Amino acid sequence: MAKYLLLKHYRGAPTPVNDVPMDQWRPEEVEAHVRYMNDFAARLETSGEFIDGQALSPDGMWVRYDGEGRPPATDGPFAETKDLIAGWMVIDVDSRERAIELAGELSAAPGAGGEPIHEWLEVRPFMTEPPTITQ
Amino acid sequence: MTPDDVGRRELVPRVLSVLVRRGADFATAEDAVQEALIRSLAAWGDEVPADPTGWLITVAWRAFLDMARSDSARRDREVRFDAEPPAGAVPSADGTLRLYFLCAHPDLTSSSAVALTLRAVGGLTTRQIARAYLVPEPTMAQRISRAKRTVGQAGVDRPGDVRTVMRVLYLVFNEGYSGDVDLTAEAIRLTRQLASLVDDPEVHGLLALMLLHHARRRSRTRPDGSIVPLADQDRSQWDTGLIAEGVDITQAALARDQLGEYQAQAAIAALHADAARVDETDWVQIVEWYDELLRFADTPVVRLNRAVAVGEADGAGAGLAALANVDEHVPRRDAVAAYLHEKNGDLELAARLYANAARNAPNLQERDHQARQAARLNQHRQHHR
Repeated sequence: MAKYLLLKHYRGAPTPVNDVPMDQWRPEEVEAHVRYMNDFAARLETSGEFIDGQALSPDGMWVRYDGEGRPPATDGPFAETKDLIAGWMVIDVDSRERAIELAGELSAAPGAGGEPIHEWLEVRPFMTEPPTITQ
Repeated sequence: MTPDDVGRRELVPRVLSVLVRRGADFATAEDAVQEALIRSLAAWGDEVPADPTGWLITVAWRAFLDMARSDSARRDREVRFDAEPPAGAVPSADGTLRLYFLCAHPDLTSSSAVALTLRAVGGLTTRQIARAYLVPEPTMAQRISRAKRTVGQAGVDRPGDVRTVMRVLYLVFNEGYSGDVDLTAEAIRLTRQLASLVDDPEVHGLLALMLLHHARRRSRTRPDGSIVPLADQDRSQWDTGLIAEGVDITQAALARDQLGEYQAQAAIAALHADAARVDETDWVQIVEWYDELLRFADTPVVRLNRAVAVGEADGAGAGLAALANVDEHVPRRDAVAAYLHEKNGDLELAARLYANAARNAPNLQERDHQARQAARLNQHRQHHR
């Protein structure tokens, strides 16, 4: 039992095979993509492996502490930021192999021409709690 | 339900196995038993009926009939059960044991087997199990109902055996996380019950192993959650009652001369428990038990732990030699290497390995612990430069 984060990037991931931005797809291709994503999440719920899925707006900012008595400093968004996260899905699976299998399925979501995007997804294991038995 | 309802939850497998033997399908019967448990909370109040098992069977059977009827109405089928239950099926140890085997069915993934065991044998609610494993309740409900379907279809003719049950209970104990239920205590309760049903020295070994580790739980972490290694634990906090019980069970199991991996692990835990101070630990005997354990479970983790013991018994050089035969990708290998190199006097390499161990740690507590070790050595080296 292990939780994994499947991270989807707007920018910063290696280039996918079917590299056409969504705004250039036909409307029915967008429909098909959305349906695929919803079906994928629904299937994970049925299999008892779904924890969470969220999409993020690309429109964010940087914030940091700016010293005692001053409001936090804000900056950005930076259009040139190399890495931009689009959203995530958290799954709870039995093995690393299963996490890879599911990420592969998610990456096969259809894009332009109804063909799989082959999008690169970042797969990151969660840190666990320490086990009871250690020696 | 609260953890205090252990007495009530203990009746669950008996009640469920009676329903199944009366011909109820496993999935619906299991739901019916949970329903009966919930009703008993209101109905019993402070006064438990004279025959609580009988009460639960009656109420669960009625709940089952209601469920089966509404199900059959939905599917336009006839109910095949009489309101008066067939005679003959009474609570028995065999039924309970069979239920354990069913929930550890080989067709189930380990997470499904764990969840199903905790619900159908342990009597925990789906919500409690979901919270314990930090999973949303609907996801856990799906996992359990899917597991019940798998068991119902593939199941009853080819259940798991005592090996698969022990693996499930070990997982519950070892990964007992959070929520309002102490899963380590629950694993001990279920293993104790299993040990009363099946006469197998390995089951006793597993129970002893759990008791001996549970005995140390107060000393294993600081109040802030950080881990305390075995060598630094305050042994006065160890639960001597649990240790005595664990040692007795281990010795009785070993005397039967049918060694297995859980007994060997229990023997190692007993030797640690036996040392009033860390420098009284009988490392030579511990190494011998690791050699026995390797015969049953030659895994990288066992080899790694053996290398630690060799390092204590025969010196850091011997420990490092033993470590050379351990798979490089096993978790915590860098941590062990760091410890042995420090003991061997190579502080620079040790500091680097501790830093690696922190970077690759599987959990936050371990990461922080290894980072502190690296920081300690780096500071020490700066002072002595």
